[in-house]
Amino acid sequence: MTAIRLGVDVGSTTIKLVAVADKDVIYKKYERHHSKINETLVKMISEFIKSTKIEKVNFNITGSAGLGLANRFGFNFVQEVSCAYYAVSNQYDNVDVIIELGGEDAKVIFIDNGNIEQRMNGTCAGGTGAFIDQMAQLLKVDVQELNELAKQANKIYDISSRCGVFAKNDIQPLLNQGAQKEDIAISVYQAIVNQTIIGLAQGREIKGKVCFLGGPLTFSDQLRHRFNETLKLENSFIPDDAEVFVAYGCSVYPSDNVLDLNNVIRELETQEDIESNKFLPPLFASEQEHQTFVENHNHDIEYLDIKEYQGNAYLGIDAGSTTTKMVLISEDNKLLYQYYGPNDGNPLDIVKAELIKMYEVMNEGITIKAAYSTGYGEQLIKNAFCLDGGQVETICHFEAAKYFLPDVEFVLDIGGQDMKYFTIQNQVISSIVLNEACSSGCGSFISTYATSLGYGVEDFAKLAISAKKPLDLGTRCTVFMNSGIKQALAMQVDIADISASLAISVVKNALYKVIRATNFKENFGTKVLVQGGTFYNDAILKAFEDEIGFSVIRPKIAGLMGAFGAALIAKENAQDTTTLLSYEKVKSFVYQASNVTCKLCSNHCALTINKFSSGEQFIANNKCSKPLKKDKQIMQKANMYQYKLDLLEQYVKRQHDYDIKVGLPLALNMYENIPFWIGFFNTLKIKVITSDLTTKQLIKKGQHTIPSDTVCYPAKIVHGHIVNLFEKKVRTIFYPNMPYNEIESTNLQNHYNCPVVGVYPELIDSNFEFDRTQFVMPYLSFENEKEFIKVMYLEMMKIKKVSKLAIKEAYRAGKKMLRQYREDVFVQGEHVLADALKNNDKVIVLAGRPYHIDPEINHGIDRLINDLGCVVLSEDSFRLDDSNKTAVLNQWTYHNRMYNAAFKIADYKNINLVQLVSFGCGIDAITSDEVKRILEKNDKLYTQIKIDDISNIGSANIRIRSLLNVME
Amino acid sequence: MEDRVIFTEEMKKDYTILIPQMAPFHFDLLASTLNSFGYKAKVLKNQGTTIAYEGNKYVHNDTCVPAIYVIGQFIEAIKSGDYDVNKIALIITQTGGGCRASNYIHLLRSALKKAGYGFIPVISLNANNIESNPGFKLSIPLLKKLVQSITIGDLIMQLYNQTKPYEVNENETDELCEKWLRFLENEYASRTLITNRRMYRYLQDFVNDVDKIAITTEIKPKIGIVGEIYVKYSPLGNNNLESFLINEGCEVVTLGIMDFLLYTFESTTYDIKQYGGSKIRGLIFKALAKYMEKPRKKVNRIVRKTRFRETISFQKLKKLSLPFIGHGTHVGEGWLLTAEIVELIESGTINIVTTQPFGCLPNHIVARGMFKAIKQAYPHANLASIDYDTSASAINQENRIKLLVMNAKEKIKEEMETLR
Repeated sequence: MTAIRLGVDVGSTTIKLVAVADKDVIYKKYERHHSKINETLVKMISEFIKSTKIEKVNFNITGSAGLGLANRFGFNFVQEVSCAYYAVSNQYDNVDVIIELGGEDAKVIFIDNGNIEQRMNGTCAGGTGAFIDQMAQLLKVDVQELNELAKQANKIYDISSRCGVFAKNDIQPLLNQGAQKEDIAISVYQAIVNQTIIGLAQGREIKGKVCFLGGPLTFSDQLRHRFNETLKLENSFIPDDAEVFVAYGCSVYPSDNVLDLNNVIRELETQEDIESNKFLPPLFASEQEHQTFVENHNHDIEYLDIKEYQGNAYLGIDAGSTTTKMVLISEDNKLLYQYYGPNDGNPLDIVKAELIKMYEVMNEGITIKAAYSTGYGEQLIKNAFCLDGGQVETICHFEAAKYFLPDVEFVLDIGGQDMKYFTIQNQVISSIVLNEACSSGCGSFISTYATSLGYGVEDFAKLAISAKKPLDLGTRCTVFMNSGIKQALAMQVDIADISASLAISVVKNALYKVIRATNFKENFGTKVLVQGGTFYNDAILKAFEDEIGFSVIRPKIAGLMGAFGAALIAKENAQDTTTLLSYEKVKSFVYQASNVTCKLCSNHCALTINKFSSGEQFIANNKCSKPLKKDKQIMQKANMYQYKLDLLEQYVKRQHDYDIKVGLPLALNMYENIPFWIGFFNTLKIKVITSDLTTKQLIKKGQHTIPSDTVCYPAKIVHGHIVNLFEKKVRTIFYPNMPYNEIESTNLQNHYNCPVVGVYPELIDSNFEFDRTQFVMPYLSFENEKEFIKVMYLEMMKIKKVSKLAIKEAYRAGKKMLRQYREDVFVQGEHVLADALKNNDKVIVLAGRPYHIDPEINHGIDRLINDLGCVVLSEDSFRLDDSNKTAVLNQWTYHNRMYNAAFKIADYKNINLVQLVSFGCGIDAITSDEVKRILEKNDKLYTQIKIDDISNIGSANIRIRSLLNVME
Repeated sequence: MEDRVIFTEEMKKDYTILIPQMAPFHFDLLASTLNSFGYKAKVLKNQGTTIAYEGNKYVHNDTCVPAIYVIGQFIEAIKSGDYDVNKIALIITQTGGGCRASNYIHLLRSALKKAGYGFIPVISLNANNIESNPGFKLSIPLLKKLVQSITIGDLIMQLYNQTKPYEVNENETDELCEKWLRFLENEYASRTLITNRRMYRYLQDFVNDVDKIAITTEIKPKIGIVGEIYVKYSPLGNNNLESFLINEGCEVVTLGIMDFLLYTFESTTYDIKQYGGSKIRGLIFKALAKYMEKPRKKVNRIVRKTRFRETISFQKLKKLSLPFIGHGTHVGEGWLLTAEIVELIESGTINIVTTQPFGCLPNHIVARGMFKAIKQAYPHANLASIDYDTSASAINQENRIKLLVMNAKEKIKEEMETLR
């Protein structure tokens, strides 16, 4: 008798078990392990023995968590991608591509003519299945219902596809703005498809007969449908037993490794203690210590009975990204009513219900004098329920913090999605820092993780108190933490340890990634207040205190501080009567959300329009004020970003028409060099055709050729522009490698372009098929005329034969044109600055790189600043000053302009600088610290906005409004 | 640039210069060499998780992982109490290229300041005159010995890699290489001048010794490692990748550090030619490169009589990148990385791990960016790109490397079957 072959696939969320006799599957099982891997596996194996009476099997194990088990118990490990490939090639013929999505890893296998290529996603893009789970929870549905929702969808939103964390940043606000759940559901699937293509296709086309594998693809036909549509697949299929298919492959994978399953169970059940220097000390030594700790953190507020109190009252509503908070206070700031709960993607319904409840219990003698809102949903709530006003959340938090600790020096807020801190000097805010996308979502990650294991958030937090051996799960982001958990599970830790580890990681993330404190006491003082719903978790509070080394204040209403602050502000600004909807009006309040695509500019924002029963309406998801149609009379403030964009367009348009044409991609450094090349080629009687301005559509056309998913967004965009030039049928695409830039000022120690800008043409050359187009990419520098002529003389042979003399003339014309362009920008900058000073306008220098003027890269942040009443200058609108001394090696031409701008604004009270940083820009890890240092030396606030393909600019809005508030 | 703490001639006498561990086969010898010229240099040996902790504490964690480890290792060493903080200096390389690595030294200084050690001098080891210190000068005899140290380190590393996986008696290779390293360390510390002849004699004896180690006839998959220079060679940076692969039953193949040095010099000459600059400087670098290329021929001659592989000449290596990427791309590891992949494949190591820090800028282009074209030219190549980061989980990396190893073993099995 041939031995029964057992294959076990232990993934990050599920365990799959398959038994095979002679190629026939005789037993299969698919179960979620809820992070209890050993327990679940023992249970599954016992069930197997019970139902089949088989004890001796050939035992293979696979899967990302299976690797940990194999390492510990010496099981025979087969890599999961090999299993998938083995199984598919055993059962099916002529399969071209296998796509397998798991809980954490995504894999693509290309099979053509035996030239097999197996790929797994990079570390950054992990968590496909886990992401679907999280999104389903956000929508309050299960995974199957999510699929059903997607069937009813009307439209697909463009959602960041870099990773789960980024996508969530886009989805959360959409939800809060009232986007349809159905549309969100389908957009989630589309984001996964895009992520898979960008991360794994890497220039190889996914086509032909495609086999889908793994849980998410098996259980969601809508996800498969998105793949089919996007890749135009006509011949895709899922095998029978697709959800356990990898386990099947594992079982039949050739090996000779017969084990007695009873022994396997015995081994799995031994709780050996792993000794490792990776374990951290427990947060609490004993329950006793925890009790004392709780007693020491009992900063409460006074309450009044809402049924008894008579007099004036003030309402504050904090519509956060994941939770909604509401507070009603009395004339003497006592709490009459409070609410804290998840918004379930439906803040309007929740606020309505709570207002009704409040009105119903309220004493008749209470007069609400004013109501203010704050948080991401500030405007939505304000418009829907006719509140008296709104205030940016940082200011609300500050007001609330002062109430508890009048001489507070430092406030840290960790909410569901955001972390922020601000420091206070002389009773005014001296700096505000918000986390960027990468470190976002920590709070809600803990709660969704808890929920996925079947715990309530509070119970999960309590577990951490008894944890004995927490681990460091890393601080980069929740995607990394998730894979850190997998690693932890392999080290035999239990859920309590994971809960504690998460608490520690969230705190470290806040301290070292957001706050960047090395000596907390010295940097920030000792009067510290922490707040935000996440701090209800005692483990997080303890971890924070352990790290900084002293005790802090956590108000009992830590999660309500925004709402409380809003109520305090409402009180301060109260008029005679409030505009807040009355009880009757709230009761009859209805709203209708509709989605339209704005056609007022090339951005084509997917607007959500909420119409309320009051007759008011609220438009969300817009990137500029155009669709709001109000105050048309107000003069738009000056905007150097727009000016530069228009100026470049004029250069392109002003050209004569020549027979010979050459195509230039309008991306990266071309945004600055276009004038040079127009001057150069026009002199040689060649017309320059540029690719069109970036749109999402254009990007998608090139996304399958991107080889590195962690490169910056401005670089990814280049691929779409190359395709765009193909479509324009230019014969030649000219895109030179330019490792060096111009020597603009003598304080530069070198004059590099960043590595990506410098040699991206090499990458384009290697990742495109240039069938009918020739790609010309010499190595060039504008600095050395002689060499330039020598190189271009040879290169020009490919385009049009010209003499060296002609090239010299053309070079000089190009140089002149480029100088003219830079001069125009300087002059306009001076002009705008002088005007702003005269009119006493606030000015924001939006400091980025030339290509940041691309509206798809900056997501309309320049216009947002305009809409907030500020003039926008660019980093290159200041003439360069040779005397500025940096503390870092100043060797990049573009980045020197940012340092220069930071120095230049020192003397102007009304000018502040906001640095635009592209995600993945390694150089900005250096420059952001340096720009910050320069600004702070001159008592200026440093504000950074990290941008990527996330189109939500809600957090940028909060940052800039906070900055403006502080400027006052 | 703002003021920095200078390493003075006074300090040379009694300051211990701490060197971060970047390549275990090379750096001890470099330290010995420095010591024979009157310095007191010491390679840091501290390992462990607190290094990443200290690094993350003092360095922006968007910065690439070599900076975090190197700076973390320094700070941990300083805090350990093993050194008199008033009598130490730190040394760090500065290539001066367009990559952010040229700024590590400033990150280190700012980290020292934050940690309260702003008074400790930091020496820049660079060939481009970016920074200089009166107490630290590279004299010609010193340079000559440094070149020797690299030559020796490269050879020991390569022979170790070719022997260790096949040794019959466990740890024999480790013990022998260790013995030789300690012996050479001693020689290099005690003799100020060592002639090339003497060095070749050492190498000849070493090669003879290793050749005597009993080996099996097993066929093991060869796995090449290329990548960002720190993550490629430093076990701290790549989670002990070499020993992981050896334990998985593979032979590790890496090209030497000399190639990287030659490549950086070559880059300078290239730039001077292409974009202008001091002609004299160009000539000096050219002469220097020529001098450094010399030992390879001799070493190959020694190796030729044994079962060990010779190494390709730098000029030949250089040509290999051309079908894929131009020599103008010399930021980070630049064209060298691509050329190394090609050389490995052409010399029979078709399975290659490219290692890079998470978010490494040049490697987007010279590693992952070239995969498609390389796979087109060499369809049988088996490439895996692994990102390293203090936050990345080891199990994720292991799983991807295991995939590569498994494929490599499958291929060998297939080949064996066709042979049969």
